[in-house]
Amino acid sequence: MTEKAPDRSAEPLYCGVDVGASSTKLVLLGEDRELRGRSIRKSGVDYAATARACLEDAFDEAGVKQDRLRRTVSTGYGRRNVDFADDSRTELSCHGVGCYHHYPRNITIVDIGCQDNKIIRLDEGGRRVDFKMNRKCAAGTGAFLEEIALRLDIALDELEELASSTDEAVRLNSFCTVFASTEILSHLRRGEPLAGLVRGAFASVVSRVAEMDQLHGEVVLTGGVVAHNPTTAELLAAKLGGEVSVPPHPQFTGALGAALTALAQEEKDA
Amino acid sequence: MNQDTRPSAIKKIRATGAMREAMAEYFGELDQASRTGSEKIAWCTSVGPAELLRSFGFLVYFPENHGALLGSSRMAADLIPAATAAGYSPEICSYLTSDVGSYLSKTTPLTKAFGMESVPKPDVLVYNTNQCRDVQDWFAFYQREWEVPMLGIQTPRSVDELDAAIVEGLVQQHKDLIPHLEEISGRTFDIDRLREVVASSYRCTLLWRKVLRLAEHQPSPITFFDGTIQMGPAVVLRGDERAERYYEALVAELEERVADGVGAVDDETFRFYWEGMPVWGKLRNHAEQFAGHGACVVASTYCNSWIFEDLAAEDPFEGMARAYTELFIVRSEDFKQRYMEGMVRDYAIDGIIFHDAKTCPNNSNNRYGLPQRLRKKIGTPFVVIDGDLNDLRLYSEEQARTQFEALVEQLQEQPA
Repeated sequence: MTEKAPDRSAEPLYCGVDVGASSTKLVLLGEDRELRGRSIRKSGVDYAATARACLEDAFDEAGVKQDRLRRTVSTGYGRRNVDFADDSRTELSCHGVGCYHHYPRNITIVDIGCQDNKIIRLDEGGRRVDFKMNRKCAAGTGAFLEEIALRLDIALDELEELASSTDEAVRLNSFCTVFASTEILSHLRRGEPLAGLVRGAFASVVSRVAEMDQLHGEVVLTGGVVAHNPTTAELLAAKLGGEVSVPPHPQFTGALGAALTALAQEEKDA
Repeated sequence: MNQDTRPSAIKKIRATGAMREAMAEYFGELDQASRTGSEKIAWCTSVGPAELLRSFGFLVYFPENHGALLGSSRMAADLIPAATAAGYSPEICSYLTSDVGSYLSKTTPLTKAFGMESVPKPDVLVYNTNQCRDVQDWFAFYQREWEVPMLGIQTPRSVDELDAAIVEGLVQQHKDLIPHLEEISGRTFDIDRLREVVASSYRCTLLWRKVLRLAEHQPSPITFFDGTIQMGPAVVLRGDERAERYYEALVAELEERVADGVGAVDDETFRFYWEGMPVWGKLRNHAEQFAGHGACVVASTYCNSWIFEDLAAEDPFEGMARAYTELFIVRSEDFKQRYMEGMVRDYAIDGIIFHDAKTCPNNSNNRYGLPQRLRKKIGTPFVVIDGDLNDLRLYSEEQARTQFEALVEQLQEQPA
C-alpha cells in the first residue's frame, strides 16, 4: 500500500480466519488478492470473541471500516465458532489454497501446528490429491516444543536462537512427548549443552513429520512452528536431502487460503 | 447393535420394530434359562460354531454383541478402568476390557435394554480364534471366574487360498468338540439337526447378503450405520428361523425404497466404504456427519463379515470350516486388497474411511500399507481416522470430523 496506490475507499474486503488450537490468525484481502490486513491472537477459551478481536485488529491495520467486509470463510478447529463467517472449510482445504497462491504448481505441503501436523499434496492445478494428519499424539507438533521448553525452563521465543547457535543436535529417541521429556532430564544430568538439546528437539519434530508420509518433490513448510523457528525448515531440508520452501507469513497460510476461498466464492456467485 | 442408538439423520427403517421384538425375545429366553436352569447356555464368539451349538439345543449367547452394546451405550469408557485395574491392559481388545469391566462392576446395558439383571451364565464357553487371540483370553477370564468348561477352534490366520489341508484341520477340530458338547448338553449329536440349523443359517446369510447388496443401488436404500444395527439378528440369531423372517421383511422394505428411488441419505452425492470396526459410541454422530454432506457410507468390511456363503447343509462340517475361515479378517493382505478392489467397483465407491481402532489390530487394515496400495492401483482416495470400537478415550471427535469433511471437500472442490 504505497502512496500511489489506487483509490480503494470503497473496495470490498475478503476475510479468512483460522481458529487454531493455539492461535487465531486472520487475513484481509482486496479483490486483487493482495493483503490489506492481518492479525493474530491466542485463541484462548472464547473462540468467537477472539475471532472478532482479530477482525478488529486487522481492520485497524488496514485503516478502513468493517462495513467493507464482503465475505468471510473460517477454518481451523474453531471454524464453527466464528459467528461472522459466511462459510467454513477445513484447514486441509485452506492450507492447500493458501500455499498454491504462493507456489502455483505441484507441491507437497507440510504444516506443523500446535496440536497437529498435516501433509497435503496438490497437483499442478492446485487440486488436492491427498492429505494426512498426524496420529493422536503430540509428538512432532508445536505442543511437543512447548513441553520441552517448559522442561528446559526457557521461554518459547528463545528456542530458535538456541537451536540456530549450534550444529550439534542431541539425539532424542523417544517417540512419546512424556518420554522425551524424561529423556531430556537424563541428558541434562549428563551435562549436554542446552542449545544441542533444543536443536535435538527441533530434529525430533522434523523426524516425526518426515515419517508421516513419503515426501517427494517440492516441499513447502508452513505453520506456527516454522514461523517462529526457521531452523526447522533447515533441518527438514537436510532430512529430505533437498530444498524446503517457506512462504511469506507461514503461520497465516490457512487464513490466507480461507480469504482466497471467500473471494473465489464471491466471484463464482457474481 | 443397540437399537437405542439408531442414527437420527438416517431415515427410519420400519422393520426395526420387529427386530427389537426378536432381540427382546432372544434375550428373554437367555435370561429365563440363566435364572432357572431350564436350558443349557453356550457362550460363543461371533464367528464361532454357533450352528453346532444350536444343534445340541444350547441357547447361544455372544459376548461380542454385549461388547457392542457396552460401546453404543457409552458405558465402556467407565467400565474399562475396572478391567485395567485387574490387570487387563487398556491396549488390548476393548470389547474384552469393557465386558470384563462390566462383570467386575456388576452392571450391564442388558438391564436397561431387556430388564436382565446380568449376562446369562454359561454352561460352556466356545471360541474360534479366526478373528483374534483376544477372544480366547476373554473367555478364559470367565472360565476361571465360573469354573465352566472352555472349548475352542484354533484357526490359521493371514490365509490367502483356503486349501484342503487347512479345511481338513478345521473340520477335525469341529468334530473334536462333539464328545465334549454331548457331555455338557446331555444330548447325543444329531447330524440331521445340524443340517437343519446350517440350512437356516445359510438362508439367513443369503438374505443378509441381499440386504447389503441392495446398497449397490444409487441412491443406496441403507447405510453402513443402519447395517451395524440391522445385523443384530444375523449375529445372534443365525440358525434360528426368526432371523430369516426378519430379513425377509427388511429386504422387502429396502426393495420398496429402491423401486421408489428413495435413498437412505437425501441427495446422495458421494459413496463411501467404511473399513474396520464402527466407533460404537459415535454411530449417530457419524451418520449425521456423513448425511449432512450428502455422503452415504454404502459398504463396509464389517457388515459383510456375517455373510457365510460356504455354509452347506449337505456337508455341514466342511461348510462351517470354510465359512468361518473365508472371512476377510482371516485372510492375507493380497486377498484383502482384491476384495476391496471388488467392493469399490461393485458399490461405485468414491472414497474409503479406514478406522484405525487402537485396541483392535486385526480389524484395522491400514497398518500394512493397504490404503496406499489401493490408491496406487485404483486411485481411490482415503482417510485414516484414529479411534476405537469401544474406548472413546482413544477417539478425537475434532480430528475425525476434520478428516471426514476434508475428504468430502477433496472430492467436491476445485482450486479457488
